[in-house]
Amino acid sequence: MTVKLMQGNEACVAGALRAGMKFYAGYPITPSTEIAELSAEALPKVGGKFIQMEDEIGGIAATLGGSLTGLKSMTATSGPGFSLKQENIGYGIITETPCVIVNVQRSGPSTGLPTSPAQGDIMQSRWGTHGDHSIITLYPSSVKEIYYTTIRAFNLAEKYRTPVILLLDEIIGHMREKIEIPENDDVEIIDRKKPTCDPSEYKAFKVKDGDIVPEMAAFGQGYRYHVTGLVHDETGFPSGNEHVADKLLNRLIDKIENNKDDIVTYEEYLLDDADIAIVSFGSIARSSKTAVDTLRSQGYKVGLFRPITIWPSPEEQLVELASKVKKIYVVELNAGQYFLEVERIAGRHTQVGKYGKINGDIITPEEIVAVVKEDQNA
Amino acid sequence: MKRWELRFSGSGGQGLITGGIILAEAAILDGKNALQSQSYGPEARGGASKAEVIISDEEISFPKVEHCDLLLSLTQLSCDKYLSSLKPGGILVIDDSVENPDRDDINIYRIPILSTAKEKLGKPMVANIVALGAIHSITEIVSQESLQKAVLSRVPKGTEELNKSALKEGYGLVK
Amino acid sequence: MPSELVKNYFRTQNLPHIWCPGCGNGIVTRALVKAVDSLGLDKDKVCVVSGIGCSSRAPGYLDFNTLHTTHGRALAFATGVKMANPELKVIVITGDGDSSAIGGNHLIHACRRNIDITTVVFNNNTYGMTGGQFSPTTPTGDKGTTAPYGNVDPNFDLCNLATAAGASYVARGTVFAANQLEKNIIAGIQNKGFSFIEAMSTCPTYYGRKNRKGNAVDMTTYLKENAINKVAWDKLPEEKKEGKFVIGELHSIERPEYTEQYDKLIASLRKEG
Repeated sequence: MTVKLMQGNEACVAGALRAGMKFYAGYPITPSTEIAELSAEALPKVGGKFIQMEDEIGGIAATLGGSLTGLKSMTATSGPGFSLKQENIGYGIITETPCVIVNVQRSGPSTGLPTSPAQGDIMQSRWGTHGDHSIITLYPSSVKEIYYTTIRAFNLAEKYRTPVILLLDEIIGHMREKIEIPENDDVEIIDRKKPTCDPSEYKAFKVKDGDIVPEMAAFGQGYRYHVTGLVHDETGFPSGNEHVADKLLNRLIDKIENNKDDIVTYEEYLLDDADIAIVSFGSIARSSKTAVDTLRSQGYKVGLFRPITIWPSPEEQLVELASKVKKIYVVELNAGQYFLEVERIAGRHTQVGKYGKINGDIITPEEIVAVVKEDQNA
Repeated sequence: MKRWELRFSGSGGQGLITGGIILAEAAILDGKNALQSQSYGPEARGGASKAEVIISDEEISFPKVEHCDLLLSLTQLSCDKYLSSLKPGGILVIDDSVENPDRDDINIYRIPILSTAKEKLGKPMVANIVALGAIHSITEIVSQESLQKAVLSRVPKGTEELNKSALKEGYGLVK
Repeated sequence: MPSELVKNYFRTQNLPHIWCPGCGNGIVTRALVKAVDSLGLDKDKVCVVSGIGCSSRAPGYLDFNTLHTTHGRALAFATGVKMANPELKVIVITGDGDSSAIGGNHLIHACRRNIDITTVVFNNNTYGMTGGQFSPTTPTGDKGTTAPYGNVDPNFDLCNLATAAGASYVARGTVFAANQLEKNIIAGIQNKGFSFIEAMSTCPTYYGRKNRKGNAVDMTTYLKENAINKVAWDKLPEEKKEGKFVIGELHSIERPEYTEQYDKLIASLRKEG
């Protein structure tokens, strides 16, 4: 058992290595840079590869190239870099190329307040790339959870053959916290399923009965197949046929949306008897948790619902929550992004309010307590 | 043990973030929970620098200092900036180059941290370790054994004796 | 009946290709495939990567590991492929706009790293797929749909660019002198490092028509009559170079190759550990 003080960004790299990361390509940007630095240090020692690319777009492109060649791959960035990566995230989605994209959020838009925290990329992590698609976005809220969620991000990427967005923020990325990592943990590690058939029979994008996604050959493994960002049929070659497009694009959405039971994770805190709920995630969920404790001590029946899987959203759970409480407050370090999703889901069943901030400051527990009390006593 | 919230402030390059990390690591060695965070300007050296440490026996949720129990300020600028965040009854540790502030609801320790490092020890960069020694004497927030262990595991090889002396000088600054 | 070359290296089920009559891309693709054939490379160990544009459709027709990426990013993807498995022979097929406009940054940095990738630029002096806009290699004064009064932009000399940025092998060929082009591609693939081959192609549909350069035969004849081999070029007085361009092997040096250097780093760290 290792007990130590670890930084959030450091825990991300430790988790990635535990998951089997063997390739990292990226570009330096605050506040994610430690992830690149620590990957550069660690990867060659385990026979992996690190490359600092010439720009953010090169970072995601090389990451996808590494994954197509068989290595578990990751890149990390922050706001402006996440914007630059979007086109190729879409490429990863349509070509079903597993990889992990870490976005340590900072204040924006544009260069914004580069060293200040924000949770302003909630919607960008859902709809950042163009076109209809589904995506998996995870958002841990402690150093220990960053470690395990990074492993899970790799597992989901490999299992569902898709880019997985791992959202962090400046606060949890940079803070150091106690973490305990067992020497011999029994963490499940998932690897992509590779084809074993004769290469002449390999259809690179055909899903076998009982499987969720097609088997994935690595370049150089003996299966000479084609990968394209164009709509393609089961062979991988481009097609303009509407039935082919319909089948492919809906399959890419369904493989995620139909497996929410497996993908969606969340934490519930003091919700059993609650009549007020706070929905909050990442660093701000920690402010909310302290606020819940304070409000409880003052007699308010408040609980916290913390999505760890942000996308696909925990729709079923939010409906259930909405049927139990008289009000939900969505507390997030932005102007009300996830609020739109929670209101869409829960708005028919209960009141949904929001509290946010976009000035580079953290939301304190005191502020949340004041907002809830003022509203409840109005 | 109650939740302890500490803020170390000064200018960039004074080793305050390292100081915060060391204190948090010492607390973990004592079996406590600890959380360290920081904020800084765009400058790598100079500019304002701030490190925060929270130590508790319980789970630490909110990761920032809200009711500051102890403020360390090595520069006038940082003392002026953060003094108001120190809660009534809190502890202020300032270098003796910083003016005594006009507050009578706090405990003030005005001690020669920078000059001890620079003149007595001959190495200005160990000011953070001197400060940690002094803070230990005031609060006993972590055990002396864990603090020394944490210092020695973070400082560059070959500087162990120097840093042990810095700690000792720090202990002695507060009687 | 398809030739042996077509049978062995093309995905015949995907033919015919999308290129226009008179397009030079087929000639460049053939030269590339002949080069691979004459080197006897294992098809399983060849990865052909492209970006977006007319030329970038070529990999879909070729029976290798093939990767048709996003606009301008072929070299960045290829860098990931090569790093992940340095055993692979990685060949990038790209166009003038793809490689030097939207992908210009990746090009100069791939040159700088001297990573073992062979890049063949199909230079048709225009954006063909989007209908004939001017590109960074459209000569100043020539027309495109976005340069209706003639192009005021100065144009790139791609080979000079690649040489200056650090490529260890640089050559230029034309779709007229296809045999020489093939030899240059062979030498490029054999070079352990970044190889850059500019293949001057023809686009009678857009660039040719817009600029009254005639049909495919006229455009190919132009390439024949104005290309001068490096040896002759070096002896030519400056005034006689006007309107002409140099072809052949332009630059060849030995420099440490990127993935080899990285593998050495891995080996040294593992020895220490």
